[in-house]
Amino acid sequence: MKMPRDRLIRYSPLDRANHWTMAMVFVLLALSGLAFFHPAFFFLSHTLGGPVWARILHPFLGVALVLLFYAMAVRHVRRNLLGENDVQWMRQIDDVLDNRDEKLPPIGKYNPGQKLVYWALVVSIALLLISGVIMWRPWFAGFFPIPLIRFASLLHAVSAFVAIVTIVVHVYAAIWVKGSIRAMTRGWVTRAWARHHHGLWAREQEEAQRRERQP
Amino acid sequence: MDNSQNIIARSATTTAPPQVRGHVEEVAKLIDVSKCIGCKACQVACMEWNDLRDDVGECHGTYDNPTDLTANSWTVMRFSEYESQEGNLEWLIRKDGCMHCAEPGCLTACPAPGAIVQYANGIVDFDSNHCIGCGYCITGCPFDIPRISPKDQKSYKCTLCSDRVNAGMEPACVKTCPTNCIEFGTKTDMLARAEKRVGDLKELGFRDAGVYDPAGVGGTHVMYVLHHANDPNRYAGLPKDPRISPLVGAWKGATKPFMSAIIGITAFAGVIHYMTKGPKEEPEEDPRGYDDTPPESLGYDATWQPPRHAPDGDNSAGGRPPGENR
Repeated sequence: MKMPRDRLIRYSPLDRANHWTMAMVFVLLALSGLAFFHPAFFFLSHTLGGPVWARILHPFLGVALVLLFYAMAVRHVRRNLLGENDVQWMRQIDDVLDNRDEKLPPIGKYNPGQKLVYWALVVSIALLLISGVIMWRPWFAGFFPIPLIRFASLLHAVSAFVAIVTIVVHVYAAIWVKGSIRAMTRGWVTRAWARHHHGLWAREQEEAQRRERQP
Repeated sequence: MDNSQNIIARSATTTAPPQVRGHVEEVAKLIDVSKCIGCKACQVACMEWNDLRDDVGECHGTYDNPTDLTANSWTVMRFSEYESQEGNLEWLIRKDGCMHCAEPGCLTACPAPGAIVQYANGIVDFDSNHCIGCGYCITGCPFDIPRISPKDQKSYKCTLCSDRVNAGMEPACVKTCPTNCIEFGTKTDMLARAEKRVGDLKELGFRDAGVYDPAGVGGTHVMYVLHHANDPNRYAGLPKDPRISPLVGAWKGATKPFMSAIIGITAFAGVIHYMTKGPKEEPEEDPRGYDDTPPESLGYDATWQPPRHAPDGDNSAGGRPPGENR
């Protein structure tokens, strides 16, 4: 793929397809799950064709999310470990929130906020899977003792809460940081964007390109 | 569901249910275990009145038949053999089924509006037409009573013959019991009746006789007279102090409004942040240019080298065109 010189590829077509499939599945899961969580949200069960269909489909969508998410997550573990300048970036969270980006140290492909989203989802989706299987009627719940199902039900609600809040933060961050939605829809960012928001990653990419051009 | 106007509690509902016809006395069924002969006539009457037909099961070497409650067997006799320390064998027979708790765990746990209701007379009824088959009622029940039918995935249990009671009749099991072991009336009357029976049993030498009307669930509308009320567990595992599990309480209690509020506040905080601080705008194009710019002028240490074998392949372009790395 020919890319204009002022752009860098940030997300491959496969990553983007995976991301938006997950996004749709997650929204359906969250809406149908909230419907069972609080009566105020019960009307949301109609997004999956009514409460009974929501009860039937929700767990299968959950399995789909788990497969999509961990297929993505395993490939990005190293990029989400605590990296150079991350601690300093977190200390300056005030500067981050106040948009004083020029004061921030350069960071890698993902900033600590994105890494937090990553790990929050890695943990919460795992807990959702385990607790969800234990609650899953009619297929699995019958194999588990009722006290365990009670614990799983509470764990499922708390994990889902963590996941939903995380995704709300994730969505807001995408709206907040201009250029990041385009990165996930079209795949590319401008070099200026990369240098501004992810200096270490931009340098790494540009170095790699330079070495390829001058073997 | 046989009376839609005397409902005092309704599942997954945060406003008052219709209760204009709620000026009725609380009812109760009293099961005097000491008078039960285990004939199972109540099971048959239950099947007959409620038009239930269970599958023929298997014999497990006990009198229990069927061996457990099912979506088609809303009451079963449970036979326990108990050997006392003095070496006496006691054959304890308990009619198991829904206890119609004053504070029903099933109703607390149910996420489907109106699928479980509690009438002013105390009967806890499943409106299975609204049931979604999630099984939360099973999770919520301290007595392990509701059963989901494998045929329609709806939850079922004893209705205390709410249809009969609503028409001024006693439940089918009460009507058929040949020893008057099962009685039915107002809760006040049944408690008085129970106290009398407890007195009789004490005279007969059962010092620990007592009424089973557990306070942990606010009392029940199905009560037992037990000869050994000090150890209800003896009667096929009847819980001594049943209550809605704290896990269910946490799951269906404070966490619901609290976590819902936090989700809303988080989204709202985003809106406020955007309106006050504004977005991180797309940075201006770098006037220093790009590919042909000498590395020194890029504003960072150009002597940096990526690891020789980059672990996730990001730096080893490996035949892929430049920039195709994720």
